[in-house]
Amino acid sequence: MSELDRFRAEVREWIAANYPPSMLSPLGLDSPDTPWGGRKTRYANPDVKAWMERVAAKGWVTPEWQPEHGGAGLSPEHARVLREELAAARCRPAAISFGLMMLAPVLHEFASEEQRRRFLPPIARGEIRWCQGYSEPGAGSDLAGLKTRAEDLGDHYLVNGQKIWTSYADQADWIFCLVRTNTESKHGGISFLLIDMSTPGIEVRPIQLISGKSPFCEVFLTDVRVPKENLVGKPGEGWKIAKRLLQHERASISTHLQTGLGGSPTGRSLADLAKASAGERDGRIADAHLRDAVARHEMKSEAIALTLRRVQEESGRHGPSAASSITKSLGAQHNKDKHELMVEILGLAGVGWEGEPFTTEELEVCRQWLRSKGNSIEGGTSEIQTNIVAKQVLGLPG
Amino acid sequence: MGLVLDHDQALLRNTATDFARQRLPVTNLRRLRDTRDATGFDREVWAEMAGLGWTGMLIPDSLGGNGFGYFGLGLVFEALGRTLAASPLHSTVALSGTALSLVGDAPRAHELLRAIAAGETVVAFAHEEHARHRPWSIATTARRDGDGWVLDGHKRFVADGHVADALVVVARTGGGREDADGLSLFVVDASASGVTRGRLSLADSRNHADVELANVRVPRSALLGAEGGAGAVLERVLDVSRILLAAEMFGMAQQAFETTLDYLKQRQQFGAPIGSFQALQHRAVQMYTEIELSRSVLYEALTALDEGRWDDVPRLASVCKACLNDTLHLVSNEAVQMHGGIGMTDQVDVGLYLKRARVAEATLGTSAFHRERYADLQRF
Repeated sequence: MSELDRFRAEVREWIAANYPPSMLSPLGLDSPDTPWGGRKTRYANPDVKAWMERVAAKGWVTPEWQPEHGGAGLSPEHARVLREELAAARCRPAAISFGLMMLAPVLHEFASEEQRRRFLPPIARGEIRWCQGYSEPGAGSDLAGLKTRAEDLGDHYLVNGQKIWTSYADQADWIFCLVRTNTESKHGGISFLLIDMSTPGIEVRPIQLISGKSPFCEVFLTDVRVPKENLVGKPGEGWKIAKRLLQHERASISTHLQTGLGGSPTGRSLADLAKASAGERDGRIADAHLRDAVARHEMKSEAIALTLRRVQEESGRHGPSAASSITKSLGAQHNKDKHELMVEILGLAGVGWEGEPFTTEELEVCRQWLRSKGNSIEGGTSEIQTNIVAKQVLGLPG
Repeated sequence: MGLVLDHDQALLRNTATDFARQRLPVTNLRRLRDTRDATGFDREVWAEMAGLGWTGMLIPDSLGGNGFGYFGLGLVFEALGRTLAASPLHSTVALSGTALSLVGDAPRAHELLRAIAAGETVVAFAHEEHARHRPWSIATTARRDGDGWVLDGHKRFVADGHVADALVVVARTGGGREDADGLSLFVVDASASGVTRGRLSLADSRNHADVELANVRVPRSALLGAEGGAGAVLERVLDVSRILLAAEMFGMAQQAFETTLDYLKQRQQFGAPIGSFQALQHRAVQMYTEIELSRSVLYEALTALDEGRWDDVPRLASVCKACLNDTLHLVSNEAVQMHGGIGMTDQVDVGLYLKRARVAEATLGTSAFHRERYADLQRF
């Protein structure tokens, strides 16, 4: 038996002994059992936290990271075996967080070794939950126009300003923040600062969206004192770090792409939804227009799914694929279109807001239809994405 | 095999693209059009195409072909689409060649396949009877007469019908007017008594013909495959040909887009290249997006053909043809608009792409036809 095979057997045995039977069903989208980690997060099922702690104790949340960074120092081959076994046993992820997806990659690339040893292990163990302090009321698409000021007062920065669209700021323990340390240079005056949310002077207000409650918040920073060792990179290097982090963010937004390809919130196909709502004649959707619209949507889904697969194949062979530049806006538009189509299929039941006599599916369609409008705004609007493709991929001037 | 070209495929595409640019540039189509060339394609170049093995790509070695396969042939069509190359490749190899390959061990079919692989013959597929694609609506009849058959009917929009040496005719030997059952395939010499052929002039300046069959007597050996059992063969012939036509359309869409993109970078107004204006940039990205979606579905459909995934092929053929219809429709319209006044003139090529685009879109099924078919196949 090879060493890898022994490791595989060991992992398999460990999973059998440690995976909570209460977590055998797959994790739903926006589930209250999403393993965000952190001090404030509460789960419907307490086993979520237990599983996170067990995996973290082995360093297996981030198996390839070094032990001093909270990992297990596994080789890529061993890490692959671990992931294969976890997938084969249908284990849910032990932790999903902005810290893992967005912050950790840039800490690895830009932070000092001291900072890595301080900030990475709590991310790997799911102990600290992070939020992202990027957008401001006056800095949306023009993110580099941000004004939150970090004044150098010798041993610390004094931070004053406001952040907006900060997802889960009310649930997070720390925030990674873009701040202005220099007002002379627009891009060159931005720095990347890590701030403890329990510091005096920070106030968080949740934002109510058109769809009802939402994870988005406003964060107000008033005379917040931040130790200078919390600055990542040099002063003025923030924009470079921010851009790299946005690449990781866009990669993680791919869940939206997948959502547009699926069915109704309860997993029914659009065709079945239409048959139930508009009636069925000889096995066909009775309404010819809806039938055509569903066919159009499903055919586009096939084209998008194939394009996502091609982008992956191309990335595997030749590095980042040019087609990957269009997938974010494409997926956003397709998910919006899917929700418009579901609302159209359900008629007035599709705009039921709450209570009787609406089904959970109908109510969810309505809320998610409204929420989907944000897909082409968050993480860079589709218009900004399109500008980037025009210039960087098509080579258009200006 | 995947959705990304491997080394051999990339090489083939480059060879085919170079060939199309040198031997069949758009000026070739203009010459055929302006001289009202009766043949409608260049026989010398057709022989060169056969010499490159392109006419034998779907034909096995045992019959003189090379069996290079559908993906390879798709790349050739893509290259030919770029220059609006006029050739009988689609009628002879895609439509007729596929039909002849699927009818079993008929000696007449083998003879024709050998001749096709060698580039010695043009075979037209006489099928459609309406201006809109209605594959099962066949009124042409074949009735037994002594030892042979007699065919009567009117075939329309037959690609290369007036220059073909032989016709593969879809005729009804049973069943009702709109049925898939009761159809049979016959091979008919173009010179047979009772065959009348007239060229149709369509906007794309390519080869289309009306074919009248009046009391056409053919021998028993003219029946290809089982009497009344051609429905399944026809379905597969159409799907192969839809996908390969989509490959030509993909080449057209890319060329029209690239030409337009160059124009956006070069044309100056208000002291700046018009491609610096956001209104045009965003529409250019829209075209680029549709082209990338088209590339994915086309390459998947071609792969499915090579892998013999016949359960997937009907669905993918419809997704593919509808996708390329829509992409080419958008790109051909935008190409004219973004060229401004000069785009309306015969002097630049974009108008030629627009004209060929609409012919190709209506051939073998509009997008609405394929959405309807997709819904049927998916049982909704």
